[in-house]
Amino acid sequence: MSTNGMTDWAVDLADVSAIYPFQGTEFLLFIAGLVFWIGWHWIQLREEATELQHELDADETGDLAKASIERY
Amino acid sequence: MDNNLDALTTIFTEFYYWVTVVFMFLIHVGFCVYEVAASRRRNHLHTLMKNIMVIPLVTVTFFFFGWWIYFAFPNGPYIFEGKGLDFAAASGARPWDPLMGTNLADHINGVFWAAFLLFSWTAASIVSGAVMERIRSGAFWLLAVLIGSVAWIIDAAWGWHWDGWMVKYLGYHDAYASGVIHAIAGGFALGVLIVLGPRLGKFRADGTPRDIPPHNPWLVTLGLFLIYTGFWGFYAACNIPLISPEGIGGQITGTTWTATNIYLAPTTLSAITFNFLMSLSGGLMVAYVVSKGDVFWTFSGGLAGIITASAGNDLYHPIQAMFIGAFGAWAAYKLHYWVERKFKIDDAVGAVAVHGYAGVIGLLIAGFMLWGQPSSPYEGYAAINPLGMFIGAIIMFGLLGFLPGWIMAKILNGMGMLRVPAKVELEGLDFETNQAYQAAIEDVVAAEKALVNAV
Repeated sequence: MSTNGMTDWAVDLADVSAIYPFQGTEFLLFIAGLVFWIGWHWIQLREEATELQHELDADETGDLAKASIERY
Repeated sequence: MDNNLDALTTIFTEFYYWVTVVFMFLIHVGFCVYEVAASRRRNHLHTLMKNIMVIPLVTVTFFFFGWWIYFAFPNGPYIFEGKGLDFAAASGARPWDPLMGTNLADHINGVFWAAFLLFSWTAASIVSGAVMERIRSGAFWLLAVLIGSVAWIIDAAWGWHWDGWMVKYLGYHDAYASGVIHAIAGGFALGVLIVLGPRLGKFRADGTPRDIPPHNPWLVTLGLFLIYTGFWGFYAACNIPLISPEGIGGQITGTTWTATNIYLAPTTLSAITFNFLMSLSGGLMVAYVVSKGDVFWTFSGGLAGIITASAGNDLYHPIQAMFIGAFGAWAAYKLHYWVERKFKIDDAVGAVAVHGYAGVIGLLIAGFMLWGQPSSPYEGYAAINPLGMFIGAIIMFGLLGFLPGWIMAKILNGMGMLRVPAKVELEGLDFETNQAYQAAIEDVVAAEKALVNAV
């Protein structure tokens, strides 16, 4: 048993192509990768909205914003 | 080099390793930039000098005995079973051997030595960041020689050598050094940190940790960018660029030439390029989310991603590498803060987590992902398997990493040589230099002002 079908290197390399493990799952991997990528954007956008709200709440009077502008 | 093909292959291989060495130099530049940026202003010069002197000290000791260890020790513990040290294989690595010098009969020894040496600097430099702002330079440099020219190269002989006993009997597979560089260096750093103790002020009276921010976050990221860049050279240096089946001399048949990993098992530069970038990306994406966009941890997470996938990045599919890198970055971040809170360990740059924990996790994952695959092109070697990789992880992180670091730190501490005095730590390690610098400025300013009136 081997995760890429090879148990030794007693082969002619001219006859060997893909050697990554779990061949046949490429499309599933691709779908999982897409979910990971889309999920990342979803989480990031949600977190950024929360962070921006915290920034707004942190300076209700605008004094801190003015000080920040002066610091350039 | 008695024919054109032989000459071309030899010179190409020589030049290939030479280029990897130049690239890998950037790893040390990156570590220096990053460590100075993470330190406080009053410690800058000391921090820089601590790391830069790794270069000469590890270089000369690696020339004197480190390179010899690699060829003499592949039998590992079997030296006690009659196999002995391999003096014949190591003869060309003796510092007085003609092959260790200008020699037209050999084009590879020097560049191959240098490629391994740059790994040695990296191992020592990983430890350097963790212990900064309170360790004595002299103590660190002794520790640097221990890991850079002894401990890591023993582990390379055991588990990163075509004839290493861990490869033969355990089925250990660690193509791009999750364990042989990163786990060992992380374990070594942890052993030293336990004896060294935290920086003054790191923990409150109730034991909760304080954040000690880097003096220049932007420069920290620049340092990590440079480490990423040098990491390309590191990956390329882990390969044999071009070799024929006869040159390998194993089970492979036919006449197709190939690139191989350090075990002489076929892979391609293209494969590791896919996987390097995908594991970096997985690490960066997850580290960004889990650290809520923290700059330091996002960059470090990218590194942790590569490190976690490195053991099997010669064989993984790129999307597999991405997920493995993503998991490694998440685990490194969580483990760093858990260990900090639970055991009061002050790892100033997260090196134990990013290198040590991520490296160990990478070895464990590779054991399952590559289960049953051949560890070597030679007959009779154990196949890659989870138990062998688990034992390998213990050897790398614990036996050859943590234990030597802890013992050496204990000895140095017992002799009063490990840590700077508390007052020096508080006033800053560059205190006297900074005072002299300020006095020199005041002196020359006063002198020049006087000249203005005189001319």
